[in-house]
Amino acid sequence: MIFEVSSPGLLTTVQDLGRWGYQGKGMPVAGAMDSQALKIGNILVGNEPKDAAFEITAMGPTLSVIEGEGLIAVTGAEINFTINKVEAPLWQSIRVQVGDTITLSTLKGHGCRAYLCVSGSIDVPVIMGSKSTYLRAKIGGLEGRALKAGDRIATGPLKPLTWLSADFTCPDHLRPKRDLGLPLRVVLGPQDEAFTENGLKTFLESEYTITNEADRMGYRLEGPVIEHKTGADIISDAIPLGTIQVPGHGKPICMLADRQTTGGYTKIAVLCTPDIATLAQRMPGQAVHFKAVSLAESIAAARKEREQIEKLLELRASYRSRRSPSQTKKLNKTFHWTLKVRDKSYDVVVEDLN
Amino acid sequence: MAEYLEPRILSAGDSAVIIEFGDSIDMKINARVQQLRQHIERGQFNGIVELVPTYRSLAVYFDPVVVEDVGLFFERLKKMAQNTKGEIIEGGLVIVIPACYGGEFGPDMQNVVEHTSLTEAEIVKRHTAVDYYCYMLGFTPGFAYLGGMDESLATPRLKEPRKVIPAGSVGIAGKQTGIYPIDSPGGWQLIGRTPLKLFDPEGEPPFLIDAGMWVHFRSIDSKEYEEIAAKVAAKKYKPEILTKSGDAK
Repeated sequence: MIFEVSSPGLLTTVQDLGRWGYQGKGMPVAGAMDSQALKIGNILVGNEPKDAAFEITAMGPTLSVIEGEGLIAVTGAEINFTINKVEAPLWQSIRVQVGDTITLSTLKGHGCRAYLCVSGSIDVPVIMGSKSTYLRAKIGGLEGRALKAGDRIATGPLKPLTWLSADFTCPDHLRPKRDLGLPLRVVLGPQDEAFTENGLKTFLESEYTITNEADRMGYRLEGPVIEHKTGADIISDAIPLGTIQVPGHGKPICMLADRQTTGGYTKIAVLCTPDIATLAQRMPGQAVHFKAVSLAESIAAARKEREQIEKLLELRASYRSRRSPSQTKKLNKTFHWTLKVRDKSYDVVVEDLN
Repeated sequence: MAEYLEPRILSAGDSAVIIEFGDSIDMKINARVQQLRQHIERGQFNGIVELVPTYRSLAVYFDPVVVEDVGLFFERLKKMAQNTKGEIIEGGLVIVIPACYGGEFGPDMQNVVEHTSLTEAEIVKRHTAVDYYCYMLGFTPGFAYLGGMDESLATPRLKEPRKVIPAGSVGIAGKQTGIYPIDSPGGWQLIGRTPLKLFDPEGEPPFLIDAGMWVHFRSIDSKEYEEIAAKVAAKKYKPEILTKSGDAK
């Protein structure tokens, strides 16, 4: 497929799971702010979970299919989504073809980042192992920038069995729950010792508000000052994804996808992996509060989220295998099976050589 | 206050752990960090996503699904860390960074003058007098953390970090000095600017400074700044590289 962008939306960028492996050179990871929503969208359209898609922020783009046909799916934030001005469902793969106009407009419910996933993923260069756009250094994605009107963007080659995924829907229980009001789980450290007992209590018992300085790099929060024992400066060290650092002014900053790789402010805690996206889906003005959990609990939550991806892949495999032969016109003389080996499901395509 | 008796394992969430060797900027401690990194890279470890060495610690990013027993994993890392020794690295290459100090390129020079009670000329003299050791890269692409600054220049970071600092800015933060490779936010006291590009995705190589290299600043005026900037833009500038003894290479 080839898309033409008629309006780009507020901030629409190409993102995959990020540029891992170069933090030692100071290269930020970037990648999807809600990686679970990206993975789900990719599964729906027949891609690998890690593939690149469009990350849409607050106000979406309008694009037209000017060549070819394929599957698309929108996941993440609840956003108004139409195809040829007819409302279309989220969390479901939908077939589109030449002449179709896809519009993602305003937010209509929870969340502020949506993912438009396309079958075959997006055909942009892989830079240092990733297609993710890192705006500050102007690399990745489309020339290191956000989409703009007039852009023409091609998709890559389709994965086997893509067409069998048409209309596949993510069931409600496998969609991430990003409810407002839920506390964000954190594991204390690595510099929790730099704070007074009162400081830690303030952090865990207060309500903080997301300020307008909230972007892909990080969210600055407003609220009660967190007290340090002696100072906020440390010898610079690494900043993991989801770190909450507290500079001299005592207000927390949550470090997200485009965060710098290292920094010199005390880090009070790190967000539990699934809750990083929960925060990234919240908007300026909204309240957050934190709850300390053990490392074991945080790991269990991270694993549970990954299991949901495995479950969705299994569902996709059985969805595909149940489809009738008339729906497999693109795959003449092929047979598709689902094989289960060591509790993992595999799509297997067997082609008749005669 | 320096090297710990035992390396510390610091919790950093469900996908990372920090192994810290000390609480000072010290080449012996940094040598242990580099050694641990090499040992882990050579070892048979499942589930490691990447390693980020810094001054006095190594961050190990891991996949909590692949690493089945995190307690055991941390224990193994700790044992490896205990088996490192600090060995000082000698010799090496020195890259010369031309920098225009003060004025519009160094908006915080006055803060440093006030904090250190030195004149601007004396600050420039002391800042350009030594070779700085590059301990690590981090913060933004190609940002070199340099050690060895004259301690009389030490000035604390700004309390409110700036939202945008232009690429090439030379700054001081506490006992550290460094150069901003791309426009980015930050809290360093800015004292000058270099016309060189520390990170250029189209450059060969894209990063001008590497860990283990030495950096020497040379004071230039605004006229020379413009001349070098033009050469850099035309991709005709060759950085001056010396060996640690001072011979051109």
